[in-house]
Amino acid sequence: MASGRGGHGMPGRLIVVEGIDGSGKSTQIRLLEKWLKFHGLDVFLTEWNSSALVKEVTSRGKKKANLTPTTFSLLHATDFADRFERNISPLLRAGYVVLADRYVYTAYARDATRGCDPGWVRKLYSFAIRPDIAFYFRVPVDTSVDRILSGRPKLKHYEAGMDMGLSGDSYESYRIFQSRIQGQYESMSAKEGFEVIDGTLGIREQQSAMRAAVARALPASAARRLGGA
Amino acid sequence: MTARRPSWYGARSSGGVPYLQDLEIEGRLIVIEGPDASGRSSQVDLLTEKLEAAGHAVLNTGIRRSELVSRGILEAKRNVTLGKRTLAIFYAADFADQLEHKIIPALQSGHVVLADRYVYTLMARNTVRGMSRRWSDDLYGFAMVPDLVFYLDVDPYNLVHRVFEKRQSLDYYESGADMGLSDDVFKSFIEYQQRLAREFDRLKKKYGLVGINGNRPVADVHADLDRRISRYLSKA
Repeated sequence: MASGRGGHGMPGRLIVVEGIDGSGKSTQIRLLEKWLKFHGLDVFLTEWNSSALVKEVTSRGKKKANLTPTTFSLLHATDFADRFERNISPLLRAGYVVLADRYVYTAYARDATRGCDPGWVRKLYSFAIRPDIAFYFRVPVDTSVDRILSGRPKLKHYEAGMDMGLSGDSYESYRIFQSRIQGQYESMSAKEGFEVIDGTLGIREQQSAMRAAVARALPASAARRLGGA
Repeated sequence: MTARRPSWYGARSSGGVPYLQDLEIEGRLIVIEGPDASGRSSQVDLLTEKLEAAGHAVLNTGIRRSELVSRGILEAKRNVTLGKRTLAIFYAADFADQLEHKIIPALQSGHVVLADRYVYTLMARNTVRGMSRRWSDDLYGFAMVPDLVFYLDVDPYNLVHRVFEKRQSLDYYESGADMGLSDDVFKSFIEYQQRLAREFDRLKKKYGLVGINGNRPVADVHADLDRRISRYLSKA
């Protein structure tokens, strides 16, 4: 049974989901959030690139389409630091279950794909707390990319990876970009201790695997409130 | 001036900036560092005139002037709830934008870039606010190593007098008022500047900054800087 404090020495627990676009991670973490809240636990969900303060600045730069990989990386790190200092760190100290839809691994994968030095990116994020569980959603790239592209969305410049000159066609560029990011995730999976979720399984099957892992990571008192997970 | 590949601070510990590894520059990057009111901008103006008269194309740059994020930074400074680390990374983003959109293109086209402060001020501000030296130094691993860096050494009590001559009040951030050092703004300014100076002592050694006695009259400091820079450029 898990002790009162996580590996980071704080009473809260940090659970993150990672994977490429369309891998199903956001659906799953929201189900996890509802389940934990239903059982009366203090839960906080935080999303990548969502700080209101940083958003205004990044959106201006992104519209101009002239962000270099380093600037792009630092703007996302600014967003992360703001959420980390304001929410993630204090809430973990207060005993919350903090759920993060994307965490530092997204930066490791994307920034390295864009041409930043992987060692530099890791040092930049070295202040981040190591999660208690990092779920990685593994899906065939074509499956997830088809999920996203089937709606014929209008992809944003950076979202499609158009800044890297992979292809003049945004859909083709997006496909190559996502597959490279997937490669980055795969290469760090073992080292970072990802809990791999097979994203080709049904939604309920994935969710019950996640719930079991979360229940094991929670402090005993919290796990008891969940009853039979 | 001869074309060459610049070096990067991060290259000492990791890979530098991989996507810029083939970059060639023809110009030279010269940095004037020093505390608030140490006379940096007067020196930059005088040097610019002198270098232009000698036939160099000169670009002036600072650390808070990028088109990308400047407005956001000014807003953020007023927002006291903004975390120290967030602000530290925000400044780094602003600097990265200027480095790659302003400084590097100017160097590629053969300009002498005169920078009114560079990463060292940003590093010192971070570490006096409690961030680790290693983290703060590593953060700027993407920065290009300048050709010359001067640091204007000015006694903190002299600085206060110069600040009052300039604007009759002490700047909130430059006094370290966000750090809660003292309720007395004057004491806070002195304490903050002394801490910065100690941090610069470390940075001088680590990054090879050349100390210049900035307590002297403007013309004397200029003559000193001009002699060193002219000597360097005549050999470049």
